[in-house]
Amino acid sequence: MNHGAARLVAKAEHLVKKPIWDCRMCGQCVLHDTGMTCPMTCPKTLRNGPCGGVRPDGHCEVKPEMRCVWLNAVERSDKLPLWKGHIDQLRPPVDNRLKDSSSWINLATGRDKQVPAGWPADVQ
Amino acid sequence: MSTLERKLDSGEFVVTAEMPVIDGGGHAELQRQLEFMRPYVDAYNATDNLAAHAHVSPLAISIGLLQVGAEPVMQLVCRDKNRLALEADLMGAAMYGVQNICCLTGDDVTAGDEPEARRVFDLDGIQLIALARTLERGHYLSGRPIGADGTGVRFCVGAVENPSAPPLDYRIRRAAKKALAGARFLQLQMTYRTELLERFLHAAVDTGLSQRLAMIPSIMILRTAGAMRFVASSVPGIDMPAELVRRVESAVDAETECFEIAYELAYHAMTQPGVAGLHFISFRKDAGIAKLCARLGIETKQERETHGHSPSVAVG
Repeated sequence: MNHGAARLVAKAEHLVKKPIWDCRMCGQCVLHDTGMTCPMTCPKTLRNGPCGGVRPDGHCEVKPEMRCVWLNAVERSDKLPLWKGHIDQLRPPVDNRLKDSSSWINLATGRDKQVPAGWPADVQ
Repeated sequence: MSTLERKLDSGEFVVTAEMPVIDGGGHAELQRQLEFMRPYVDAYNATDNLAAHAHVSPLAISIGLLQVGAEPVMQLVCRDKNRLALEADLMGAAMYGVQNICCLTGDDVTAGDEPEARRVFDLDGIQLIALARTLERGHYLSGRPIGADGTGVRFCVGAVENPSAPPLDYRIRRAAKKALAGARFLQLQMTYRTELLERFLHAAVDTGLSQRLAMIPSIMILRTAGAMRFVASSVPGIDMPAELVRRVESAVDAETECFEIAYELAYHAMTQPGVAGLHFISFRKDAGIAKLCARLGIETKQERETHGHSPSVAVG
């Protein structure tokens, strides 16, 4: 796919996903694994669960007015009929080069599943 | 193998403590801080810009601790450094024989006195555990082999979990993920809600997690009602019941009452199933930790080593 077409797909993806999931275009979408809740909306951009700073009322350590993204993620993922247990999988570090690219294209090409060569295979 | 790892493997009751933050003073300052804790404490956590306030780095403190004959647990947080810097710190630790590493996501910059700083979080605490394990396998994250002069990187990796932060039922699953990533011990965030600590530890035992991941609850020694209120309002992740603050306020002697509370919490924690040891936090350089250990019936390091590895259980 040429560069222009890829940008067009990315724009279309953002158009769809921004209003629904507040998508941040990380380019390696894990919505299915996190109860259809975007982990990049966590102020710490955590992809493996909530930090220890969640307030007793369930609100965010960083933004007290916001409910913890991961509370939503856990509740929704446990209710979803699909992708059971995916939330407990260990997600690898974000590839920052994929920012603003289309995760749809990266899914189709398998690019979103690439991890650093040294990342331990037994935790994936 | 670090002493902490050896003790965890043998099932000996372990005592860890948080090094108070320091801003300099070399070995003399480290010695001053250690003075009262030494008889009881197996390893000392060197914090990494605690609560997002800058201090001497945990790598410098950890190397210093080794030089004065004390065993460090080097804490690393993901807030201030990207993966390259974290790898460099881990390799620096390995170079000097700092083996115990405690991996945390870290409080946000907004918890500190430089809230205008850029937050990094290039990795999260769980990925940091896996990163330490990557290095142990002889290569960097890129797959590039560690040079011949750096072979034999060996860590005892730990992490932290907060049993009293929502989502409560998910906390044990997150702890399991940390074990999957390669953590060997779990220092639990201080909690004043004993029922939540119980709930977490029972789940750890029921799921078999405590067999793989040594559970080490934290006990904080405070001295005044003001300090309790400060902790409640300024330290992320601590749920301080108002009635405890009132109890200290109405006491004849606040410091004695605070010590009593620390004793009750510590006794409760160490008598729970699946507990491998205790982690103490005291912000003042005094005999508080040693006094508390003695009252709890925890033997000194020397006694524990002579008496074999039976975990001591306090009596009243």
